[in-house]
Amino acid sequence: MAVCIAVIAKENYPLYIRSVPTQNELKFHYTVHTSLDVVEEKISAVGKSLGDQRELYLGLLYPTEDYKVYGYVTNSKVKFVIVVDSSNTSLRDNEIRSMFRKLHNSFTDVMCNPFHNPGDQIQSKAFDGIVSGMMVQTG
Amino acid sequence: MDPESGVASAGSFIPLNEHEQRFYSGLHSLCQADTSGKLSSGKVAELFKASQLPPEALHRVTEVCGAKRLGYFGTPQFYVALKLLAAAQSGLPVHLESVTANLPLPRFAGLKNEPEMRYSTVPAGVDGAQGGAAPASVPWTPADRSAFRHLEASAEKKEPWSPPRSPSSSPPRSPLTYRSYTYSKQRNGADSQTAYESKHSSRPMVQLEQHSSPRNYGTKPSVEHPAMARASSSERLEQQGVDDYSDDDPWRITEEQLEYYTNQFKTLQPDLGALILGAIAKNFFTKSKLPIPELSHIWELSDVDRDGALTFSEFCTAFHLIVARKNGYPLPESLPPTLRPGYMQQEEDVPDTPESAEPLIVFEDAELRPGQMDRGVKERLQPSLAATKQDLKEEACKQDVAAMRVQTSQEKRTLQLGAFPERPEPPHDLDTQMRTKTRPRSYSSTSFEDAMKKAEEPPTPPPRPQKTHSRASSLDLNKLFQQGAPGVRSGWLPPPPALPPRPTASQEESSVKPDKQGPRSRFGRSTEDLTNASKQDVIGVSHSQAPQKPVRRKYHPDGQNLEAAPPPTVPFPTPAKSAQKLLSKQKREIQMAIRKNKETNAVLTRLNSELQQQLKVVHQERVTLESQVELLRPLAST
Repeated sequence: MAVCIAVIAKENYPLYIRSVPTQNELKFHYTVHTSLDVVEEKISAVGKSLGDQRELYLGLLYPTEDYKVYGYVTNSKVKFVIVVDSSNTSLRDNEIRSMFRKLHNSFTDVMCNPFHNPGDQIQSKAFDGIVSGMMVQTG
Repeated sequence: MDPESGVASAGSFIPLNEHEQRFYSGLHSLCQADTSGKLSSGKVAELFKASQLPPEALHRVTEVCGAKRLGYFGTPQFYVALKLLAAAQSGLPVHLESVTANLPLPRFAGLKNEPEMRYSTVPAGVDGAQGGAAPASVPWTPADRSAFRHLEASAEKKEPWSPPRSPSSSPPRSPLTYRSYTYSKQRNGADSQTAYESKHSSRPMVQLEQHSSPRNYGTKPSVEHPAMARASSSERLEQQGVDDYSDDDPWRITEEQLEYYTNQFKTLQPDLGALILGAIAKNFFTKSKLPIPELSHIWELSDVDRDGALTFSEFCTAFHLIVARKNGYPLPESLPPTLRPGYMQQEEDVPDTPESAEPLIVFEDAELRPGQMDRGVKERLQPSLAATKQDLKEEACKQDVAAMRVQTSQEKRTLQLGAFPERPEPPHDLDTQMRTKTRPRSYSSTSFEDAMKKAEEPPTPPPRPQKTHSRASSLDLNKLFQQGAPGVRSGWLPPPPALPPRPTASQEESSVKPDKQGPRSRFGRSTEDLTNASKQDVIGVSHSQAPQKPVRRKYHPDGQNLEAAPPPTVPFPTPAKSAQKLLSKQKREIQMAIRKNKETNAVLTRLNSELQQQLKVVHQERVTLESQVELLRPLAST
C-alpha cells in the first residue's frame, strides 16, 4: 500500500499528487521532487538502447529509513512515483509493478478523455478511485 | 403537506391528505376487503404489479408495511403499502420514514383512465388521472407488460376514479407546476412530431420530454404520444426533485430518446456503426454547456472500451447522461446497468475485446447474446489487428445497438425494425430480427445474412489520428504489435494485408499527413450527402478531395443540422427518411467502398503517427548523443 502516489509530467511538474493525509504532505512532495533526479538518471542511463524497448518500470529509486520510493516512466516521459512505507511488509516487486500498471492504465484512460487537456491537473474521479484503492487505508 | 386525515396503523400514525385518502379508500375497496378487514391478496398482488415496481421493491414494501408479518393485508397495512409504493415510485427508499414524506399518489398502470395505453409501460404516468400528483416516473420498466394488459382488463374501473382525480389534478407542488409548464411547452413542440413518431411506443413519457429538454440541442424528438397529448398527461411530470434515484429508470433510454440520439449521432457520423472521435464528441457535448469536469466524468462513464472515441451505444449513454444531468439528476459514480452498452456487463479496460479478424466470425458473435460476446470475441484477439480492431468494435457496437434495441423493446420487434427505416443498413434489421428470434446462437439461419453482413460490415474504423489521441493510438498499436511480434517497434511490419487497398486514390490520400482530417471530413461530407440525398456524385468528389478538406467542414453539419433541426422538426426527419429509403441500395455500395477506404486510411494514418512519434524519440536521442559527442570531442582531441 502506497503512502504517496504522484504523476509527474514530462516537463517535471506534477500532474497529480496524493498522499495519505495524516502525514505531512509537504514531506512527500519534497521526496517526490528529489526522486525526479534519480528518475532522470535512470532514464538517461538506458539511452544506449535508443528507446527501443526501454523498461518502463524503474524499480526502487532510493530507500530512506522511513520509506522507499519506486519509479515508473511511460513512453511519453510521464513519470509515476510511488512512495511506500518501509515499515510495511515489504511489498514484492511484482506488486509494485502491478500498481504501476494499474496507474498507467487509468492514466491512459484519463488521457483518452477528450475533455482532459494533456498538461492539466488530473481531475478524474475514476483515477482518484484507483489511486485511493492503492493508498494505505489509514483510519 | 397537509394531513387532513390519517390512518392509524399499528401504532404509527400515517398522515394522508385528502387525495390520498380518497385514492386509497378506492383502492381498498377495489381489493375487496372481506368482512374481517383483510384484503384479498390476489387483488393486492395485482395492484402491486400494476405499480410497475421491480419485484424486489414490492417485496420490500410488503415487508415494511407489516403485511408479511401478519400474513395478510389489513387496512392499515394496505395504506402503508400504498404509501410505500408511492415512495418507491418516487425513488425514495422503501422505509417507514418515507411514508411520512409528502408523496404523490402511487401510480398503478391499468387502474386509471388511460384509454390509450398503446404500449405497455405507460407507467402509472398513465393515470394522468393522477393528474397533478407528481408522477414519479420511476417504474418505466418495459418488462412489465402485464400491467398493460391489466389496464385493459380494468378499464372499466376508470370511471369511479376519474372524478376523484380531477380535483386532485391541481398540482399542489410548485416543482410540478414548474415542470408542467416546461412540459407543455415541449409538448407543443412535440405534438408536431406526433405524426412522425406516432408509431412509437408510449414511452414518450414524461421522461422523454424532460430528458430531451436540453434546448441547446434544439430538437426535442419528444414523441408526443397522443396519450400524452391529453391535458392530464401534460401535468404528469417527473418528480425531479428526488435525489435518491435508483439506477433504474432515469437511466433507461426510451425509444424516443434512442431515436433522438440516433439522429444526433448521424449528424456527427452518418455511419451508425462507426465511432465518433473524441474531439468531435467533445465539441458536441460542450454545446450542452455543462461544466467541463462533469463532461469529463460523463465521458469516463460512457467510454467503456476506453478508446477515446464513442461508439453509438457509448454515444447514447453519454448523451443520456448529459440529458439527465441537465435535468438535474446527479451524475452517478459508475455507469448504471441500464445504460451500459447493449446492457451487457460493462467491459472496462478491454480495448481489445471487440476485436476479431473476420466479419464472418464476428457475425457469429453477433448472434451470441451480448453477454457471451466477451468470450467469443476474446478468443479471436490474436489474429491480425490493425484496422480490424476498429472494424470489430464497430460491429460490436452495431451488435450492441441491436441488442440495446432489442432489450429496450422486447415486445416491439417489428416496431423496432420499422422505427429505424432510415438506417441504410438492412443487416441491422436482420441482425435485430435474428436476435429477437433466436437469442442464443443460431448459426444455422445465417448463411445468407452472413454473406450480406460480410459484404456490409467492414465497418468504418474511425481514424484516430488526432494529436490528442496520439498516445492512445500508439498504445493501441503497441498492443497490436506486441501481440503480433513483441517489441517490434523497431522492426516495423506493414499493416496486415487484411485491408485490400481499394481505390488507389485512398492510398494516396492516406499517405498525406493532412489526410488525418480527411476521414473526418469525409464523414462530414457523407453526413451532408445523406441529407442531400445526392450522394453518389458528392461521395465521388469526397474521395478525391478528402485531404484538402478543412476540418471545419465537419463541424458545419453539426451546427447546421442542429440549428436546422428545431424549426423543421417534422419535415427534417421525414424527407431525410424518404430520401434515404430511396437511395439505400446505392448507398450501401458506396458506403462499402467508403468504409474500405476509410479503413485503409485509418490504418495508414495510425502507422504514420506512430512512426512520427518514434521519429521524434529517435531524434531526441540523437541530439543527446550528438551533444555528448561534442562534449567528449575536445577531451579526446587533447
